[in-house]
Amino acid sequence: MQYNSIDPVERIVRMASRGAVVIFSNNSCCMCHAVKRLFSSMGVSPTVYELDQDPKGKEIEVTLARILGNSPSVPVVFVGGKLVGSMDRVMAAHINGTLVPMLKDAGALWL
Amino acid sequence: MQGFKAAPSPTFNLTNSDMFCQSPFYLRDNEGNRNVTSSYADLGELEQVTAGGLHQESVADLSRSSMYTSTMMKPNNVPHFTNALPFGVLTTSLGSGEMGSSATDVVDTGQFMFQEVVQVNNSTITSTMVDVGNCGVLGNGHFENWGDSYLADHSLSQRTDTSTDVDTNDKYQFCEGRHESLIVAESGGVQSKGICHDQKALRRLAQNREAARESRQRKKAYVQQLENSRIKLAQLEQELKRERHQGSFVGSGVSGDQSQHANINGASLAFDMEYARWLEEHQRLINELRTAVNSHLGDNELRVRVDGVMGHYDKVFQLKLIGTKSDVFHMLSGMWKTPAERCFMWLGGFRSSELLKILGNHLEPLTDQHLLGICNLQQSSQEAEDALSQGLEALQQSLSDTLSSNCHGSTGSGNVADYMGQMATAMGKIAMLEIFVHQGDLLRQQTIHQLCRILTTRQAAQALLVMSDYMSRLQALSSLWSARPKS
Repeated sequence: MQYNSIDPVERIVRMASRGAVVIFSNNSCCMCHAVKRLFSSMGVSPTVYELDQDPKGKEIEVTLARILGNSPSVPVVFVGGKLVGSMDRVMAAHINGTLVPMLKDAGALWL
Repeated sequence: MQGFKAAPSPTFNLTNSDMFCQSPFYLRDNEGNRNVTSSYADLGELEQVTAGGLHQESVADLSRSSMYTSTMMKPNNVPHFTNALPFGVLTTSLGSGEMGSSATDVVDTGQFMFQEVVQVNNSTITSTMVDVGNCGVLGNGHFENWGDSYLADHSLSQRTDTSTDVDTNDKYQFCEGRHESLIVAESGGVQSKGICHDQKALRRLAQNREAARESRQRKKAYVQQLENSRIKLAQLEQELKRERHQGSFVGSGVSGDQSQHANINGASLAFDMEYARWLEEHQRLINELRTAVNSHLGDNELRVRVDGVMGHYDKVFQLKLIGTKSDVFHMLSGMWKTPAERCFMWLGGFRSSELLKILGNHLEPLTDQHLLGICNLQQSSQEAEDALSQGLEALQQSLSDTLSSNCHGSTGSGNVADYMGQMATAMGKIAMLEIFVHQGDLLRQQTIHQLCRILTTRQAAQALLVMSDYMSRLQALSSLWSARPKS
Protein backbone atom coordinates (compact mmCIF):
# COMPACT_ATOMS: atom_id res chain seq x y z
CA MET A 1 0.00 0.00 0.00
CA GLN A 2 1.55 3.27 -1.07
CA TYR A 3 1.11 5.19 2.12
CA ASN A 4 3.17 8.12 1.14
CA SER A 5 1.19 9.23 -1.86
CA ILE A 6 -2.21 9.06 -0.30
CA ASP A 7 -3.86 12.36 0.37
CA PRO A 8 -3.90 12.87 4.13
CA VAL A 9 -7.62 13.53 4.21
CA GLU A 10 -8.16 10.31 2.37
CA ARG A 11 -5.98 8.55 4.86
CA ILE A 12 -7.95 9.93 7.75
CA VAL A 13 -11.19 8.77 6.18
CA ARG A 14 -9.79 5.32 5.72
CA MET A 15 -8.52 5.13 9.25
CA ALA A 16 -11.83 6.40 10.54
CA SER A 17 -13.71 3.60 8.92
CA ARG A 18 -11.66 0.92 10.58
CA GLY A 19 -13.85 0.77 13.65
CA ALA A 20 -17.28 1.58 14.97
CA VAL A 21 -15.78 4.30 17.12
CA VAL A 22 -12.43 5.80 16.13
CA ILE A 23 -10.51 8.31 18.18
CA PHE A 24 -7.50 10.26 16.98
CA SER A 25 -5.51 11.00 20.08
CA ASN A 26 -2.19 11.93 21.61
CA ASN A 27 -0.80 9.89 24.42
CA SER A 28 0.02 12.93 26.47
CA CYS A 29 -3.26 14.73 25.84
CA CYS A 30 -5.52 14.85 28.85
CA MET A 31 -8.67 15.74 26.98
CA CYS A 32 -8.08 12.65 24.88
CA HIS A 33 -7.86 10.74 28.09
CA ALA A 34 -11.22 12.22 29.13
CA VAL A 35 -12.94 11.26 25.90
CA LYS A 36 -11.59 7.74 26.11
CA ARG A 37 -12.92 7.46 29.67
CA LEU A 38 -16.29 8.70 28.49
CA PHE A 39 -16.66 5.97 25.92
CA SER A 40 -15.45 3.24 28.20
CA SER A 41 -17.93 4.35 30.87
CA MET A 42 -20.63 3.80 28.29
CA GLY A 43 -19.35 0.34 27.58
CA VAL A 44 -17.83 1.22 24.22
CA SER A 45 -14.35 0.09 23.14
CA PRO A 46 -13.08 2.60 20.65
CA THR A 47 -10.25 2.18 18.15
CA VAL A 48 -7.58 4.67 19.18
CA TYR A 49 -4.78 6.11 17.04
CA GLU A 50 -2.08 7.70 19.17
CA LEU A 51 -0.71 10.17 16.68
CA ASP A 52 2.33 11.09 18.69
CA GLN A 53 3.42 7.50 18.39
CA ASP A 54 2.72 7.26 14.68
CA PRO A 55 5.52 8.20 12.24
CA LYS A 56 2.96 9.89 10.02
CA GLY A 57 1.11 11.22 12.98
CA LYS A 58 2.23 14.79 12.70
CA GLU A 59 0.83 15.15 9.23
CA ILE A 60 -2.48 13.71 10.31
CA GLU A 61 -2.63 16.05 13.24
CA VAL A 62 -2.00 19.04 11.02
CA THR A 63 -4.67 17.90 8.60
CA LEU A 64 -7.17 17.38 11.37
CA ALA A 65 -6.45 20.84 12.69
CA ARG A 66 -7.03 22.21 9.22
CA ILE A 67 -10.33 20.38 8.78
CA LEU A 68 -11.76 21.16 12.19
CA GLY A 69 -10.07 24.43 12.97
CA ASN A 70 -9.53 23.27 16.54
CA SER A 71 -6.70 23.87 18.80
CA PRO A 72 -5.51 21.48 20.00
CA SER A 73 -6.13 19.20 17.10
CA VAL A 74 -6.95 16.16 19.19
CA PRO A 75 -9.08 14.39 20.23
CA VAL A 76 -11.19 13.86 17.14
CA VAL A 77 -13.95 11.25 17.20
CA PHE A 78 -15.59 9.36 14.34
CA VAL A 79 -18.61 7.15 14.86
CA GLY A 80 -19.60 4.73 12.13
CA GLY A 81 -17.07 6.37 9.83
CA LYS A 82 -18.74 9.75 10.25
CA LEU A 83 -17.13 12.73 11.89
CA VAL A 84 -18.55 13.72 15.27
CA GLY A 85 -15.82 16.13 16.30
CA SER A 86 -13.89 17.18 19.37
CA MET A 87 -14.78 16.70 23.01
CA ASP A 88 -17.32 19.51 22.99
CA ARG A 89 -19.28 17.98 20.12
CA VAL A 90 -19.11 14.53 21.62
CA MET A 91 -20.35 15.82 24.94
CA ALA A 92 -23.10 17.88 23.33
CA ALA A 93 -24.25 14.82 21.38
CA HIS A 94 -24.27 12.76 24.53
CA ILE A 95 -26.27 15.33 26.49
CA ASN A 96 -28.85 15.91 23.81
CA GLY A 97 -29.33 12.22 23.42
CA THR A 98 -28.06 11.76 19.87
CA LEU A 99 -24.82 9.96 20.68
CA VAL A 100 -26.30 6.73 21.96
CA PRO A 101 -28.48 6.08 18.89
CA MET A 102 -25.47 6.87 16.72
CA LEU A 103 -23.43 4.31 18.64
CA LYS A 104 -26.14 1.74 18.34
CA ASP A 105 -26.41 2.28 14.62
CA ALA A 106 -22.68 1.83 14.25
CA GLY A 107 -22.84 -1.37 16.24
CA ALA A 108 -20.70 0.00 19.05
CA LEU A 109 -23.44 -0.38 21.62
CA TRP A 110 -25.97 -3.05 22.26
CA LEU A 111 -29.12 -2.87 24.34
CA MET B 1 -52.70 61.36 60.35
CA GLN B 2 -54.22 60.65 57.10
CA GLY B 3 -54.08 57.13 55.86
CA PHE B 4 -51.06 56.52 53.82
CA LYS B 5 -50.78 54.81 50.56
CA ALA B 6 -48.51 51.88 51.06
CA ALA B 7 -45.32 52.45 49.24
CA PRO B 8 -44.65 49.01 47.87
CA SER B 9 -46.02 48.38 44.47
CA PRO B 10 -47.07 44.82 43.84
CA THR B 11 -43.78 43.70 42.38
CA PHE B 12 -40.65 42.55 43.94
CA ASN B 13 -38.68 45.44 42.82
CA LEU B 14 -39.00 47.24 46.03
CA THR B 15 -36.08 49.20 47.10
CA ASN B 16 -35.25 49.45 50.70
CA SER B 17 -35.86 53.11 50.51
CA ASP B 18 -39.47 52.42 49.88
CA MET B 19 -39.63 50.21 52.79
CA PHE B 20 -38.14 52.52 55.26
CA CYS B 21 -40.82 55.07 54.79
CA GLN B 22 -42.36 56.33 57.87
CA SER B 23 -45.94 57.21 58.18
CA PRO B 24 -45.58 60.88 58.85
CA PHE B 25 -44.41 61.19 55.38
CA TYR B 26 -47.81 60.91 54.16
CA LEU B 27 -49.06 63.58 56.41
CA ARG B 28 -48.31 66.12 53.90
CA ASP B 29 -48.24 65.54 50.29
CA ASN B 30 -48.61 68.85 48.65
CA GLU B 31 -47.04 67.95 45.44
CA GLY B 32 -48.04 64.39 45.41
CA ASN B 33 -44.44 63.53 45.97
CA ARG B 34 -43.60 60.86 48.32
CA ASN B 35 -40.23 61.91 49.38
CA VAL B 36 -39.57 58.49 50.54
CA THR B 37 -35.91 58.86 50.79
CA SER B 38 -35.95 61.72 53.19
CA SER B 39 -37.06 59.59 56.05
CA TYR B 40 -33.82 57.75 55.79
CA ALA B 41 -31.76 59.95 57.85
CA ASP B 42 -33.93 59.58 60.90
CA LEU B 43 -33.13 56.07 61.37
CA GLY B 44 -29.51 56.39 62.15
CA GLU B 45 -27.88 53.20 61.10
CA LEU B 46 -30.73 52.14 58.96
CA GLU B 47 -29.69 54.98 56.81
CA GLN B 48 -26.89 52.87 55.61
CA VAL B 49 -28.96 50.22 54.05
CA THR B 50 -29.92 50.39 50.48
CA ALA B 51 -31.16 47.73 48.20
CA GLY B 52 -30.22 49.08 44.92
CA GLY B 53 -26.56 49.23 45.08
CA LEU B 54 -25.70 46.42 47.32
CA HIS B 55 -24.09 43.49 45.79
CA GLN B 56 -26.67 40.92 45.03
CA GLU B 57 -25.37 38.62 47.65
CA SER B 58 -25.93 41.20 50.30
CA VAL B 59 -29.42 41.85 49.20
CA ALA B 60 -29.99 38.19 49.23
CA ASP B 61 -28.55 38.13 52.69
CA LEU B 62 -31.10 40.58 53.86
CA SER B 63 -34.03 38.90 52.40
CA ARG B 64 -33.24 35.33 52.96
CA SER B 65 -31.64 35.25 56.31
CA SER B 66 -33.97 34.12 59.00
CA MET B 67 -34.39 37.57 60.25
CA TYR B 68 -37.30 36.72 62.33
CA THR B 69 -35.14 34.99 64.80
CA SER B 70 -31.87 36.69 64.78
CA THR B 71 -32.07 40.39 65.10
CA MET B 72 -28.49 40.66 66.12
CA MET B 73 -27.31 39.30 62.88
CA LYS B 74 -24.83 41.11 60.80
CA PRO B 75 -25.29 40.09 57.22
CA ASN B 76 -22.30 40.13 54.96
CA ASN B 77 -21.17 43.47 53.86
CA VAL B 78 -24.00 45.32 55.36
CA PRO B 79 -23.48 47.60 58.29
CA HIS B 80 -25.25 46.14 61.20
CA PHE B 81 -28.61 47.33 62.26
CA THR B 82 -29.41 48.42 65.73
CA ASN B 83 -32.68 48.92 67.51
CA ALA B 84 -34.68 49.58 64.51
CA LEU B 85 -33.75 46.18 63.23
CA PRO B 86 -37.05 44.38 63.50
CA PHE B 87 -38.67 47.13 61.59
CA GLY B 88 -36.07 47.24 58.96
CA VAL B 89 -35.64 43.54 58.79
CA LEU B 90 -39.25 42.73 58.34
CA THR B 91 -39.59 45.05 55.50
CA THR B 92 -36.42 44.06 53.78
CA SER B 93 -37.78 40.62 53.35
CA LEU B 94 -39.83 42.15 50.65
CA GLY B 95 -36.80 43.29 48.81
CA SER B 96 -35.95 40.28 46.86
CA GLY B 97 -38.39 37.91 48.28
CA GLU B 98 -38.54 34.66 46.51
CA MET B 99 -38.09 31.38 48.24
CA GLY B 100 -41.12 29.85 46.78
CA SER B 101 -43.80 32.20 47.94
CA SER B 102 -46.03 33.99 45.55
CA ALA B 103 -45.47 37.53 44.64
CA THR B 104 -48.82 38.69 45.69
CA ASP B 105 -48.62 36.88 48.98
CA VAL B 106 -45.44 38.50 49.90
CA VAL B 107 -46.58 41.90 48.94
CA ASP B 108 -49.73 41.53 50.92
CA THR B 109 -47.77 40.51 53.89
CA GLY B 110 -45.51 43.38 53.30
CA GLN B 111 -48.26 45.85 53.28
CA PHE B 112 -49.61 44.37 56.38
CA MET B 113 -46.29 44.56 58.05
CA PHE B 114 -45.93 48.03 56.90
CA GLN B 115 -49.03 49.13 58.55
CA GLU B 116 -48.16 47.30 61.68
CA VAL B 117 -44.79 48.77 61.89
CA VAL B 118 -45.91 52.18 61.05
CA GLN B 119 -48.41 52.14 63.79
CA VAL B 120 -45.79 51.10 66.22
CA ASN B 121 -43.63 53.91 65.18
CA ASN B 122 -46.39 56.38 65.09
CA SER B 123 -46.75 56.55 68.77
CA THR B 124 -43.12 57.17 69.31
CA ILE B 125 -42.95 59.64 66.57
CA THR B 126 -45.65 61.96 67.60
CA SER B 127 -44.50 61.95 71.12
CA THR B 128 -40.94 62.74 70.47
CA MET B 129 -39.89 64.01 67.17
CA VAL B 130 -41.89 64.24 64.10
CA ASP B 131 -40.61 63.95 60.67
CA VAL B 132 -43.06 65.84 58.70
CA GLY B 133 -41.80 65.77 55.22
CA ASN B 134 -40.04 68.96 54.67
CA CYS B 135 -39.56 69.58 58.30
CA GLY B 136 -36.87 67.02 58.07
CA VAL B 137 -36.30 66.43 61.68
CA LEU B 138 -33.34 64.25 61.59
CA GLY B 139 -31.36 62.64 64.28
CA ASN B 140 -29.33 65.19 65.97
CA GLY B 141 -27.71 67.74 64.02
CA HIS B 142 -28.43 66.98 60.47
CA PHE B 143 -30.31 70.12 60.34
CA GLU B 144 -27.63 72.10 58.76
CA ASN B 145 -27.31 69.67 55.94
CA TRP B 146 -30.34 70.79 54.18
CA GLY B 147 -28.87 73.96 53.04
CA ASP B 148 -28.71 77.49 54.10
CA SER B 149 -32.22 78.32 53.38
CA TYR B 150 -33.44 75.70 55.69
CA LEU B 151 -33.86 78.03 58.56
CA ALA B 152 -35.24 80.56 56.23
CA ASP B 153 -37.77 78.05 55.07
CA HIS B 154 -38.75 77.35 58.55
CA SER B 155 -39.21 80.87 59.43
CA LEU B 156 -41.30 81.47 56.39
CA SER B 157 -43.26 78.34 56.16
CA GLN B 158 -46.44 77.48 57.82
CA ARG B 159 -48.18 79.13 60.59
CA THR B 160 -48.60 81.92 58.17
CA ASP B 161 -52.25 81.93 58.29
CA THR B 162 -53.14 80.74 61.67
CA SER B 163 -50.68 82.29 63.98
CA THR B 164 -47.86 84.67 63.99
CA ASP B 165 -45.65 83.13 66.59
CA VAL B 166 -43.26 81.00 64.76
CA ASP B 167 -40.75 79.58 67.08
CA THR B 168 -38.14 78.16 64.79
CA ASN B 169 -35.90 77.09 67.56
CA ASP B 170 -38.25 74.69 69.10
CA LYS B 171 -38.49 72.24 66.31
CA TYR B 172 -40.88 69.89 67.94
CA GLN B 173 -43.58 72.34 68.62
CA PHE B 174 -42.96 73.85 65.34
CA CYS B 175 -43.56 70.72 63.48
CA GLU B 176 -46.67 69.80 65.26
CA GLY B 177 -48.07 73.19 64.77
CA ARG B 178 -47.16 73.01 61.20
CA HIS B 179 -49.12 69.90 60.89
CA GLU B 180 -52.18 71.65 62.05
CA SER B 181 -51.65 74.59 59.89
CA LEU B 182 -51.14 72.44 56.90
CA ILE B 183 -54.38 70.76 57.38
CA VAL B 184 -55.96 74.07 57.65
CA ALA B 185 -54.27 75.20 54.54
CA GLU B 186 -55.18 72.09 52.65
CA SER B 187 -58.74 72.18 53.65
CA GLY B 188 -59.10 75.04 51.37
CA GLY B 189 -58.00 78.35 52.09
CA VAL B 190 -56.84 80.98 54.26
CA GLN B 191 -59.28 81.07 57.06
CA SER B 192 -57.09 83.51 58.69
CA LYS B 193 -57.69 86.33 60.94
CA GLY B 194 -56.94 89.72 59.68
CA ILE B 195 -58.31 90.62 56.33
CA CYS B 196 -55.92 93.45 56.20
CA HIS B 197 -53.12 90.96 55.96
CA ASP B 198 -54.76 89.11 53.12
CA GLN B 199 -52.55 90.25 50.30
CA LYS B 200 -49.42 89.87 52.28
CA ALA B 201 -50.51 86.51 53.54
CA LEU B 202 -51.26 85.22 50.09
CA ARG B 203 -47.92 86.34 48.83
CA ARG B 204 -46.21 84.86 51.81
CA LEU B 205 -48.06 81.62 51.30
CA ALA B 206 -46.92 81.43 47.72
CA GLN B 207 -43.38 82.21 48.67
CA ASN B 208 -43.51 79.62 51.37
CA ARG B 209 -44.74 77.00 49.03
CA GLU B 210 -42.03 77.83 46.62
CA ALA B 211 -39.36 77.78 49.25
CA ALA B 212 -40.71 74.60 50.68
CA ARG B 213 -40.70 72.97 47.29
CA GLU B 214 -37.16 74.03 46.62
CA SER B 215 -36.10 72.83 49.98
CA ARG B 216 -37.65 69.47 49.39
CA GLN B 217 -35.90 69.19 46.08
CA ARG B 218 -32.59 70.06 47.56
CA LYS B 219 -33.13 67.54 50.26
CA LYS B 220 -34.05 64.93 47.74
CA ALA B 221 -30.97 65.63 45.71
CA TYR B 222 -28.78 65.51 48.75
CA VAL B 223 -30.21 62.25 49.94
CA GLN B 224 -29.85 60.83 46.48
CA GLN B 225 -26.23 61.84 46.53
CA LEU B 226 -25.75 60.23 49.90
CA GLU B 227 -27.38 57.09 48.69
CA ASN B 228 -25.22 56.92 45.64
CA SER B 229 -22.09 57.29 47.68
CA ARG B 230 -23.29 54.60 50.00
CA ILE B 231 -23.87 52.28 47.13
CA LYS B 232 -20.47 53.05 45.80
CA LEU B 233 -18.93 52.45 49.17
CA ALA B 234 -20.59 49.09 49.49
CA GLN B 235 -19.32 48.13 46.07
CA LEU B 236 -15.84 49.26 46.85
CA GLU B 237 -15.86 47.28 50.04
CA GLN B 238 -16.89 44.23 48.08
CA GLU B 239 -14.13 44.70 45.62
CA LEU B 240 -11.61 45.28 48.31
CA LYS B 241 -12.62 42.13 50.03
CA ARG B 242 -12.24 40.16 46.87
CA GLU B 243 -8.96 41.71 46.04
CA ARG B 244 -7.68 40.73 49.39
CA HIS B 245 -8.66 37.16 48.73
CA GLN B 246 -7.09 37.22 45.35
CA GLY B 247 -4.05 38.98 46.62
CA SER B 248 -3.29 36.02 48.82
CA PHE B 249 -4.07 33.69 45.98
CA VAL B 250 -1.97 35.36 43.37
CA GLY B 251 0.78 36.45 45.70
CA SER B 252 1.62 32.92 46.63
CA GLY B 253 2.10 31.99 42.99
CA VAL B 254 4.94 32.66 40.66
CA SER B 255 6.59 35.93 41.40
CA GLY B 256 5.75 37.87 38.33
CA ASP B 257 6.07 41.57 37.96
CA GLN B 258 3.56 43.85 39.57
CA SER B 259 1.71 44.62 36.40
CA GLN B 260 0.94 41.00 35.89
CA HIS B 261 -0.61 40.78 39.30
CA ALA B 262 -2.57 43.90 38.60
CA ASN B 263 -3.80 42.46 35.34
CA ILE B 264 -4.97 39.29 36.92
CA ASN B 265 -6.70 41.14 39.71
CA GLY B 266 -8.27 43.48 37.24
CA ALA B 267 -9.68 40.64 35.23
CA SER B 268 -10.99 38.91 38.31
CA LEU B 269 -12.58 42.08 39.58
CA ALA B 270 -14.17 42.69 36.24
CA PHE B 271 -15.65 39.22 36.24
CA ASP B 272 -16.85 39.52 39.81
CA MET B 273 -18.64 42.73 39.10
CA GLU B 274 -20.19 41.45 35.91
CA TYR B 275 -21.28 38.33 37.70
CA ALA B 276 -22.86 40.34 40.49
CA ARG B 277 -24.82 42.29 37.94
CA TRP B 278 -25.80 39.10 36.21
CA LEU B 279 -27.07 37.64 39.47
CA GLU B 280 -29.26 40.66 40.11
CA GLU B 281 -30.82 40.46 36.71
CA HIS B 282 -31.22 36.72 37.06
CA GLN B 283 -33.09 37.19 40.32
CA ARG B 284 -35.37 39.69 38.69
CA LEU B 285 -36.15 37.32 35.83
CA ILE B 286 -36.74 34.47 38.23
CA ASN B 287 -39.15 36.58 40.24
CA GLU B 288 -41.05 37.45 37.11
CA LEU B 289 -41.15 33.79 36.22
CA ARG B 290 -42.47 32.93 39.63
CA THR B 291 -45.18 35.54 39.33
CA ALA B 292 -46.14 34.10 35.99
CA VAL B 293 -46.30 30.57 37.33
CA ASN B 294 -48.32 31.53 40.37
CA SER B 295 -50.79 33.60 38.47
CA HIS B 296 -51.36 30.68 36.12
CA LEU B 297 -50.50 32.53 32.99
CA GLY B 298 -50.91 30.80 29.69
CA ASP B 299 -48.25 28.65 28.17
CA ASN B 300 -47.24 31.25 25.65
CA GLU B 301 -46.46 33.89 28.23
CA LEU B 302 -44.74 31.32 30.35
CA ARG B 303 -42.62 30.23 27.44
CA VAL B 304 -41.48 33.79 26.87
CA ARG B 305 -40.29 34.06 30.44
CA VAL B 306 -38.65 30.67 30.43
CA ASP B 307 -36.79 31.64 27.29
CA GLY B 308 -35.82 34.86 28.96
CA VAL B 309 -34.26 33.05 31.89
CA MET B 310 -32.49 30.62 29.57
CA GLY B 311 -31.17 33.37 27.40
CA HIS B 312 -29.86 35.06 30.50
CA TYR B 313 -28.13 31.85 31.56
CA ASP B 314 -26.37 31.85 28.23
CA LYS B 315 -24.98 35.23 29.11
CA VAL B 316 -23.32 33.98 32.25
CA PHE B 317 -21.61 31.26 30.27
CA GLN B 318 -20.31 33.92 27.95
CA LEU B 319 -19.00 35.82 30.93
CA LYS B 320 -17.37 32.72 32.29
CA LEU B 321 -15.67 32.05 29.00
CA ILE B 322 -14.09 35.47 29.08
CA GLY B 323 -13.26 35.08 32.74
CA THR B 324 -11.65 31.70 32.17
CA LYS B 325 -9.49 33.02 29.39
CA SER B 326 -8.29 35.92 31.48
CA ASP B 327 -7.86 34.17 34.81
CA VAL B 328 -8.57 30.46 34.98
CA PHE B 329 -7.38 30.16 38.55
CA HIS B 330 -9.86 32.74 39.71
CA MET B 331 -12.67 30.77 38.08
CA LEU B 332 -11.45 27.56 39.61
CA SER B 333 -11.05 29.11 43.02
CA GLY B 334 -14.72 29.92 43.14
CA MET B 335 -14.02 33.08 45.08
CA TRP B 336 -16.71 34.73 43.04
CA LYS B 337 -19.24 32.38 44.60
CA THR B 338 -20.48 32.34 48.16
CA PRO B 339 -18.69 29.88 50.45
CA ALA B 340 -21.47 27.31 50.60
CA GLU B 341 -21.78 27.25 46.83
CA ARG B 342 -18.05 26.95 46.59
CA CYS B 343 -18.23 23.84 48.70
CA PHE B 344 -20.30 22.10 46.06
CA MET B 345 -18.36 23.43 43.15
CA TRP B 346 -17.05 21.28 40.40
CA LEU B 347 -14.66 22.43 37.71
CA GLY B 348 -15.44 26.09 38.19
CA GLY B 349 -19.20 25.86 38.52
CA PHE B 350 -22.20 23.90 39.67
CA ARG B 351 -22.54 20.18 39.14
CA SER B 352 -25.32 19.52 36.65
CA SER B 353 -25.94 15.97 37.76
CA GLU B 354 -26.53 17.17 41.33
CA LEU B 355 -29.02 19.73 40.16
CA LEU B 356 -30.87 17.11 38.18
CA LYS B 357 -31.11 14.89 41.21
CA ILE B 358 -32.65 17.73 43.17
CA LEU B 359 -35.11 18.41 40.41
CA GLY B 360 -36.22 14.83 40.29
CA ASN B 361 -38.10 15.26 43.55
CA HIS B 362 -39.83 18.44 42.60
CA LEU B 363 -41.17 17.73 39.22
CA GLU B 364 -43.69 15.06 39.96
CA PRO B 365 -45.94 14.03 38.49
CA LEU B 366 -44.01 13.24 35.36
CA THR B 367 -45.07 11.15 32.46
CA ASP B 368 -42.97 8.10 31.76
CA GLN B 369 -41.50 9.82 28.78
CA HIS B 370 -40.39 12.80 30.81
CA LEU B 371 -39.10 10.61 33.57
CA LEU B 372 -37.04 8.67 31.09
CA GLY B 373 -35.73 11.83 29.54
CA ILE B 374 -34.61 13.17 32.89
CA CYS B 375 -33.01 9.90 33.89
CA ASN B 376 -31.09 9.72 30.66
CA LEU B 377 -30.01 13.31 31.04
CA GLN B 378 -28.85 12.68 34.55
CA GLN B 379 -26.91 9.65 33.49
CA SER B 380 -25.24 11.27 30.53
CA SER B 381 -24.30 14.38 32.47
CA GLN B 382 -22.89 12.18 35.21
CA GLU B 383 -20.83 10.26 32.67
CA ALA B 384 -19.57 13.44 31.07
CA GLU B 385 -18.65 14.88 34.46
CA ASP B 386 -16.77 11.75 35.40
CA ALA B 387 -14.89 11.75 32.13
CA LEU B 388 -13.86 15.36 32.55
CA SER B 389 -12.89 14.73 36.16
CA GLN B 390 -10.63 11.91 35.13
CA GLY B 391 -9.10 13.99 32.39
CA LEU B 392 -8.49 16.72 34.94
CA GLU B 393 -6.80 14.29 37.29
CA ALA B 394 -4.54 13.19 34.49
CA LEU B 395 -3.73 16.81 33.80
CA GLN B 396 -2.86 17.51 37.41
CA GLN B 397 -0.67 14.45 37.53
CA SER B 398 1.04 15.48 34.35
CA LEU B 399 1.63 19.00 35.65
CA SER B 400 3.01 17.66 38.86
CA ASP B 401 5.33 15.35 36.95
CA THR B 402 6.56 18.20 34.81
CA LEU B 403 7.34 20.40 37.75
CA SER B 404 8.96 17.69 39.78
CA SER B 405 11.26 16.34 37.08
CA ASN B 406 14.90 17.31 37.22
CA CYS B 407 14.58 18.61 40.75
CA HIS B 408 18.17 17.89 41.55
CA GLY B 409 18.68 20.91 43.69
CA SER B 410 22.13 21.18 42.21
CA THR B 411 23.54 24.11 40.32
CA GLY B 412 24.79 24.17 36.78
CA SER B 413 24.14 26.02 33.61
CA GLY B 414 22.26 23.13 32.06
CA ASN B 415 19.69 23.32 34.75
CA VAL B 416 18.58 26.78 33.81
CA ALA B 417 17.65 25.60 30.36
CA ASP B 418 15.89 22.62 31.89
CA TYR B 419 14.04 24.85 34.26
CA MET B 420 12.85 27.12 31.49
CA GLY B 421 11.83 24.14 29.45
CA GLN B 422 9.91 22.73 32.37
CA MET B 423 8.14 26.00 32.91
CA ALA B 424 7.22 26.25 29.28
CA THR B 425 5.70 22.78 29.35
CA ALA B 426 3.87 23.58 32.54
CA MET B 427 2.45 26.73 30.99
CA GLY B 428 1.10 24.64 28.18
CA LYS B 429 -0.66 22.47 30.70
CA ILE B 430 -2.28 25.44 32.37
CA ALA B 431 -3.63 26.38 28.97
CA MET B 432 -5.13 22.91 28.87
CA LEU B 433 -6.75 23.68 32.21
CA GLU B 434 -8.61 26.55 30.60
CA ILE B 435 -10.01 24.14 28.07
CA PHE B 436 -11.21 21.82 30.79
CA VAL B 437 -12.96 24.58 32.70
CA HIS B 438 -14.60 25.69 29.49
CA GLN B 439 -15.78 22.15 28.84
CA GLY B 440 -17.28 22.11 32.31
CA ASP B 441 -19.25 25.24 31.51
CA LEU B 442 -20.36 23.83 28.18
CA LEU B 443 -21.59 20.74 29.94
CA ARG B 444 -23.59 22.85 32.39
CA GLN B 445 -25.05 24.96 29.64
CA GLN B 446 -26.02 22.00 27.49
CA THR B 447 -27.58 20.20 30.40
CA ILE B 448 -29.97 22.98 31.34
CA HIS B 449 -30.89 23.55 27.71
CA GLN B 450 -31.64 19.88 27.24
CA LEU B 451 -33.71 19.96 30.40
CA CYS B 452 -35.90 22.69 29.01
CA ARG B 453 -36.19 20.82 25.77
CA ILE B 454 -37.52 17.62 27.24
CA LEU B 455 -39.96 19.17 29.70
CA THR B 456 -43.20 21.00 29.07
CA THR B 457 -43.16 24.75 29.40
CA ARG B 458 -44.73 24.66 32.81
CA GLN B 459 -42.40 21.95 34.02
CA ALA B 460 -39.41 23.82 32.64
CA ALA B 461 -40.55 26.91 34.51
CA GLN B 462 -40.84 24.88 37.70
CA ALA B 463 -37.44 23.39 37.14
CA LEU B 464 -35.82 26.77 36.70
CA LEU B 465 -37.48 28.06 39.84
CA VAL B 466 -36.39 25.07 41.87
CA MET B 467 -32.81 25.38 40.64
CA SER B 468 -32.70 29.05 41.36
CA ASP B 469 -34.16 28.66 44.82
CA TYR B 470 -31.65 26.00 45.64
CA MET B 471 -28.79 28.30 44.68
CA SER B 472 -30.34 31.09 46.67
CA ARG B 473 -30.52 28.94 49.73
CA LEU B 474 -26.88 28.10 49.43
CA GLN B 475 -26.15 31.78 49.21
CA ALA B 476 -28.34 32.51 52.23
CA LEU B 477 -26.65 29.74 54.14
CA SER B 478 -23.32 31.37 53.43
CA SER B 479 -24.45 34.66 54.89
CA LEU B 480 -25.98 33.08 57.93
CA TRP B 481 -22.86 31.15 58.56
CA SER B 482 -20.55 34.09 58.22
CA ALA B 483 -22.83 36.19 60.40
CA ARG B 484 -23.11 33.69 63.18
CA PRO B 485 -22.01 34.96 66.58
CA LYS B 486 -18.48 33.90 67.20
CA SER B 487 -17.67 33.41 70.83
